[in-house]
Amino acid sequence: MIRHWGWVLHTLLSHWRRHPLQAGCLLVGLWLATALWTGVQALNSQARESYDRAAELFTGSAQTALVDPAGQPFSQQYFITLRRAGWPVSPMLSGTVELVGVEGTRRLQLTGIEPLTLPGEGTIATQAGDQSQLQAFMLAPGLTWIAGDTLSELGLAAGDTPVLASGEQLPPLHVVDTLPPGMLLVDIGQAQRLLEQTEKLTQLVVAAGFAADLPPLPESVSLVWETRGEDDLVRLTDSFHLNLTALGLLAFVVGLFIVHAAANLAMEQRRGLLQTLRACGVSLKTLLAVLLFELLILALLGGSLGVLSGFALAALLVGDLAASLRGLYGAQVAGQLSLDALWWLTGLGMSLLGTLIAGGGSVLAAMRLPVLAWARPQAWREAQGRMIKRQTVLGVLLLLVAGGLIFWGDSLLAGFGLLACLLLGAAWLLPLCLQAILRVAQLRRGGPVRQWFWADSQQQLSGLSVALMALLLALAANIGVGSMTEGFRQTFTGWLDQRLAADIYVRPLDSQQADVIEKWLNHQPQVHAQLPSWQLDTRVGGWPTQLSGVIDHPLYADTWPLLENAPDPWPQLVAGTGTMVSEQLAYRLDLAVGDTLMLDTPAGVWPLNVLGRYADYGNPKGQMLVSAAGLQQRWPDLPLTSIGILTEPAAAPRIASDLRTEFDLGDSRVIDQAALKAYSQQIFEQTFSATAALNTLTLGVAAVALFTSLLGLADSRLSQLAPLWAMGLRPGQLALLSLAQMLVLAALTCALAIPLGLALAWCLVEVVNVQAFGWRLPWHWFPRQWLLLVLLALAAVLLASIGPAWRIMRTGPARLLRSFTHGA
Amino acid sequence: MVPKWLCALILSSLAACDSSPPTAPAGFAGLGSEAEGFSAVTPGEPLRFPADFAAHPDYRIEWWYVTANLTDEQGKAWGAQWTLFRQAMAPQNEQEAQDGWQSAQVWLGHAGLTHADGHQHADRLARGGIGQAGVRVEPFQAWIDDWSLEGDADGQLSPLQVSAASEGFKYQLSLQAEGPLVLHGERGFSRKSDRGQASWYYSQPFYQVEGEIEWQGEQHKVSGSAWLDREWSSQPLAEDQQGWDWFSLHLHDGNKLMLFRLRSDDGSHFYSGTWITPNGVSEPLDQELITMTPLAQTEVAGRTLPTHWRLQVTGKGLDIEVQALNEQAWMGTGIPYWEGPIKVTGSHTGVGYLEMTGY
Repeated sequence: MIRHWGWVLHTLLSHWRRHPLQAGCLLVGLWLATALWTGVQALNSQARESYDRAAELFTGSAQTALVDPAGQPFSQQYFITLRRAGWPVSPMLSGTVELVGVEGTRRLQLTGIEPLTLPGEGTIATQAGDQSQLQAFMLAPGLTWIAGDTLSELGLAAGDTPVLASGEQLPPLHVVDTLPPGMLLVDIGQAQRLLEQTEKLTQLVVAAGFAADLPPLPESVSLVWETRGEDDLVRLTDSFHLNLTALGLLAFVVGLFIVHAAANLAMEQRRGLLQTLRACGVSLKTLLAVLLFELLILALLGGSLGVLSGFALAALLVGDLAASLRGLYGAQVAGQLSLDALWWLTGLGMSLLGTLIAGGGSVLAAMRLPVLAWARPQAWREAQGRMIKRQTVLGVLLLLVAGGLIFWGDSLLAGFGLLACLLLGAAWLLPLCLQAILRVAQLRRGGPVRQWFWADSQQQLSGLSVALMALLLALAANIGVGSMTEGFRQTFTGWLDQRLAADIYVRPLDSQQADVIEKWLNHQPQVHAQLPSWQLDTRVGGWPTQLSGVIDHPLYADTWPLLENAPDPWPQLVAGTGTMVSEQLAYRLDLAVGDTLMLDTPAGVWPLNVLGRYADYGNPKGQMLVSAAGLQQRWPDLPLTSIGILTEPAAAPRIASDLRTEFDLGDSRVIDQAALKAYSQQIFEQTFSATAALNTLTLGVAAVALFTSLLGLADSRLSQLAPLWAMGLRPGQLALLSLAQMLVLAALTCALAIPLGLALAWCLVEVVNVQAFGWRLPWHWFPRQWLLLVLLALAAVLLASIGPAWRIMRTGPARLLRSFTHGA
Repeated sequence: MVPKWLCALILSSLAACDSSPPTAPAGFAGLGSEAEGFSAVTPGEPLRFPADFAAHPDYRIEWWYVTANLTDEQGKAWGAQWTLFRQAMAPQNEQEAQDGWQSAQVWLGHAGLTHADGHQHADRLARGGIGQAGVRVEPFQAWIDDWSLEGDADGQLSPLQVSAASEGFKYQLSLQAEGPLVLHGERGFSRKSDRGQASWYYSQPFYQVEGEIEWQGEQHKVSGSAWLDREWSSQPLAEDQQGWDWFSLHLHDGNKLMLFRLRSDDGSHFYSGTWITPNGVSEPLDQELITMTPLAQTEVAGRTLPTHWRLQVTGKGLDIEVQALNEQAWMGTGIPYWEGPIKVTGSHTGVGYLEMTGY
């Protein structure tokens, strides 16, 4: 039996030996599909693992803490007071430190903990199991716990004692792998020294059981409860990862088109072979099993290659991804890839599933093959008609679902569903559209060759439609995503110009320094104005929101870009009766201009009229502008956060550098407009570089799909072209005609891809973006970009068609003649 | 609740977080390990009060230990324990020990409340130097979190207020001493082996107690007698000593008795004790005068411990049996041990406390 199987398999596999290119295409398809999908999944799981490490660090996922109402460091004495009152609290001090490494300055989060009182629920508590380690951690010189991946990213080794930008020296580094990336964990006493916050704390962690019903605090302790619901980081970054996933899935689907084309072709060409095998007595069951086995081998081969490349791709992109997540969300993601066995297995599984979907159809079709079948002229026409009808029905159905989702969908998932329905629906309608256009063209009068040209192009559709669909999808996705990215870039740049109106921004260390800086600035003749602002991180309607207090200055009214506003809003804002809200906050809380927002403050509810809505791109949190006086009245201890300085443009660099030297402020505390813009734009570029790379790859995959299809068709084309040769057309003419046919089909597909791409861009901008980020982008047209993409696509098609056309041209009379005897 | 991983920290080389008996070679809870850099306990230097009420950060380990035998309005017997331990991670002088987070002192509080059918306990951990736990002399105050042992007169250990609270139990007791402090061994120098291991050890066994206890929401007025132990050392145990059995007894004839034996691996136990007359005259008891015989064993927390003893002191006419009020008085804290009230019958009657470690 095994021998019998072996022979059948051997016979079937001989096909691939004779058509290595075909085998190559199939494997490439699988390889690309798996690589792109697993690559994206690797990035996502890497990020998720990092968030989990951060979330589980102290008390498991839900964290309740006591903090200063104004978000400032507070006296350690509160910790003692609460402990003496029997409260199970543990002190913590967090801050940012700068470490000058090989690749420039890296900002790291430094957290000081007190291990003896730390509630025993989080990772750290279990981590500290080794008592001698713990003693070393608490006793001078202490230890700096750091994740292994962060350590190697910084180019440091365990035991090192690097010096911070502030001049303070870290305790010896010690690797603890359950720490989140980008974090340094030290004893609370060490943290107070390193952050220069003697006897200060930033929060008190409270044991979860005790914190459950938020007991009232003693009068002498002016702290407030802060509950970090379910993990904020996960919530904020969710949309980012969903976007990546969608892109990965798209690439996977496009890759499967290649597999589908190659598998179909192989089956078509082995039709005779299968019939012979059946005639020789191989049972249908055996044949089915062997064909499936063959697919399995191919899937494993292509899948393994794909998973390996996916890992390489992810490793290549993870640095950018980590940087953009850090910039956008302050989320720390390890820059070094580490993946578990599950990831590898899932990758292979996806590849297997994809192969079955893409190749299973052709296996089933082969099963329905009669043992003895005669070619039936015109059969293709019926078959094609049936297929197009089926696809059209499906396509229309999907577009109807898409329409429904526009009206009734109200989640990000629905947004992606809409995209999927739109793309697949349009792809299935493509053959019908092309056929209709070609029929119209055929109606025009012309010579017999012209008639043949249009009629034959229709016949080609059935063989090429899948590849053309892949082209349509890839091109539309490129146009859609490109439009959105480019539109965002333009909007963002223009918005930055307006928003960053001041020439220099200073963040003083504390209130006293702020006073001194203000006095110093008053004496600088080139300084036109100072715009101090006060910021407070809080929650509004459950959403993390920053309150920003601004003073009365005409610059705001002149430059602050508003999307929508009540008449003459600024005087009301300054008077403390109104607020401007960021677009995303307005969206999340369903606020419209004219609504009243009741803001909870330590001094009671603050009713605020919503006076305007402004764009705040790239900020995952909400933001509200309120009057500085009103803010300070309700949060009296809130220190000044930053001062915007308006100067003579030429004097800005000098004043900035004077500020740095005069007040001993680091680069991150004094920043000029140009540097800030460059930083923002860099984050932006990083965010989209992964998207752009994946997008380009998708287009490449589509070109490969087309090439595979054409390659297969070239052989069967001979029998169709032979009669024309017999009627007197030269092989060269035939080759040119074939090339022209390809270009016409591709050009028509491109023409259809542009409106589809625009529809996609609309969905992205109006539906997905709003759901994911809470902002809407102004609509931009980029005809030049489309033209470039279309030209790129046509060039790819031309490249893919030249080979097969060349073969037609080089075909000798003998082969053409032979095709009459074989044809039929 | 103190995290499990910390349980072993206080006495650094102990490997007894779980329910298995400690097997560390260097004595119970590492108390027999080398104490490099710490002050050694040597005879000669007399104890000074009130200075010696305070902490001695140049020694490695120290405790303030109150045990009280109480009776409520219905005549039901109770036992209460309040303990503050100090452990130094490194030798420090007094000033360094007070220096914020630089302090190498770790404080550990244990509290227990026991009656014949129930026993509850709790523990607390704190760093020294920041005010979360510590001992002050004028007025006397020893505390960790909201548990405290407080005096109201300068430099005196009487009267004292003792309080502790945790989930399920709490107590608030007033202690009034009706006799003098008692120094054990040679004027407070208490030998723990024949090889030089020793501690500084004095007691106040004459407290009369009034107060209130709360057991799972039920309050009771209680009264009785209490005993305070003060002990500090750097290496109180010899390396081969696995643990001890320690008794403090309030006999109804007014005499008080402290007895302990330190158990060696080879069975050659070290015995010591102090006989205290009703007017506070103390007499150290020689090894050979003391006989301690376990009579019955009890399964407690997966171990077998003697909760019923026969104690004899030659020359004092003492031949008694002591029995645990609650045989399950197990302190399942970081360093687990047995500590509970006992009843005395035989030639003398009375009450007291028994502590058994290293089982």
